[in-house]
Amino acid sequence: MRSFVALFRKELRSYFGSPLVYLVAAAFLAYAGYYFHSDLIYFITFGFGLNIMENFWQVLFVDIRLVLIFAIPLLTMRLLAEERRLGTLELLLTYPLRDGAIVAAKLGACLVVVATLLAGTLAYPLLVFRVEPFALEPLAAAYLGLLLFAGVCASYGLFVSSLTDSQVLAGFLTALPLLLLWLLSWNEAAAATGALPVVRAISLFNHFQPFSVGVIDLRDVFYFVYATGLFVWATLRVLEARQWRGRR
Amino acid sequence: MIRCEQLTKYFGSVRAVTDVSFGVGEGEVAALLGPNGAGKSTVMRLLTGYVSPTSGRALVGGVDVAEQPVTARRQIGYLPEQVSLYPELTVRRYLAFVGEVKGLPGRLRRDAVAQVIECCGLGEVADRHNGKLSKGYRQRVGLAQALLGDPAVLVLDEPTVGLDPVQAVEMRALLRTLAGRTVLLSTHNLAEASALCSRVIILSHGGVVAEDTAERLGRRLEGAGRLVARIDGPPDAVAQALAALPGVVGVERGAADGQSGVSFVVLASDPEPVQRRLAAAIVAGGWTLLEVRAKPPTLEDLFVRLVGSGT
Repeated sequence: MRSFVALFRKELRSYFGSPLVYLVAAAFLAYAGYYFHSDLIYFITFGFGLNIMENFWQVLFVDIRLVLIFAIPLLTMRLLAEERRLGTLELLLTYPLRDGAIVAAKLGACLVVVATLLAGTLAYPLLVFRVEPFALEPLAAAYLGLLLFAGVCASYGLFVSSLTDSQVLAGFLTALPLLLLWLLSWNEAAAATGALPVVRAISLFNHFQPFSVGVIDLRDVFYFVYATGLFVWATLRVLEARQWRGRR
Repeated sequence: MIRCEQLTKYFGSVRAVTDVSFGVGEGEVAALLGPNGAGKSTVMRLLTGYVSPTSGRALVGGVDVAEQPVTARRQIGYLPEQVSLYPELTVRRYLAFVGEVKGLPGRLRRDAVAQVIECCGLGEVADRHNGKLSKGYRQRVGLAQALLGDPAVLVLDEPTVGLDPVQAVEMRALLRTLAGRTVLLSTHNLAEASALCSRVIILSHGGVVAEDTAERLGRRLEGAGRLVARIDGPPDAVAQALAALPGVVGVERGAADGQSGVSFVVLASDPEPVQRRLAAAIVAGGWTLLEVRAKPPTLEDLFVRLVGSGT
């Protein structure tokens, strides 16, 4: 456990000691703030008096989710790719530390950074609540959904980062499929009719939808946890591959 | 303390080591000696659990590394061939991180870090970032992280490789201070192996070709050795004639030294009769033998003998 904590702390130190995380945070909060402003204006103009969860927060959380798709690859791209490039992975893998602890520490630190970014958006509900109080529980569900969504994206990013020693490639290969999936969910007409039910069932974005209106469905929670676990498992298999590849 | 039992490792269809068996006792300093590609680093990686054997077992302190890697790694301090450090951390902070990963609690960790900083001569760079260290200091930091936690076994992969002669001498002096610990170091520097190690394990093409103390290996060289000859004659024709002599293992042409004639180093399985044949061959060729003398056998002669032209 001490080894895990040591690596977790070192990862957090690396994040917060790097200018990248501040640039990502600035861009994330700028875009999220822009969406908050424009969605609020839209709600005040066209939907005032209607359900605020469905007509304002849902729209905002879907927009924040899109910003996360851009932010998370920038945070995950260095996780293992950098260790590979520097050659520090070999030493790390020969310390009294399980591969699982390495993966958990890196993913955990990344999620702490994402949670910190999301914490910055808590200012929006606080502002709105002061003007017009509303039920907070659905909002908590939406934030849980964002964290679970971020868990899948980050674990996928970690997996991609384990495949290469190029941070740029890792970031690109993480962002691209997420964007393509987002485009597909946005324009279902682009999918073949036969494939549509399957695409919907496995869509990262469809499973987020109930959270964004304040509904926690255990099937959606299970989906996100399962998908995160799947990418963690795949990352562990990549690390294990050193056994037969004989290289970092 | 270290035991390799018929270790074999394939990477896909490539055979890296075959049937490697040897042991290193407690407090013994042993060298894995071999040319590049002999399988030294693979054996070291098998011992640290970085890779698992295809067959056979690697045991450290009686613990099977493949079965209980974390328990085994607690007993090992490892210095990889290429020492890679986190550039954004200072030496002190990096060592504190390694100490924590190795499970050292607070006060003990601070003391251990201070101790290895002193022992490895890192005092003046302790607060410098790893990314700004010279190769020599990086190697020292690599050794310091291996020493943290006072592991029972040290596995050092080519600890002096890539260092300039002064840095290499300093590193060897540092390694001498490790006497009393169980150390397995790999090298292709024969002088280093015989100077630092009581036991030498020679690897070639992934297999052990000899294993003994440096002294006993030296005794196995009786009768073997080198002849240094200075000959006035066409160098290529002379070299060809020397190589064709019975009992000659190899011929190397010496560097030009401004003196008359060309010097040759002749590796011979039994120098005395070769010396006579050499003199006769020079006369028969119509050339002039300016000098011939025997050099005492070295471990290198044995190395050449055992691993052949693969070096």
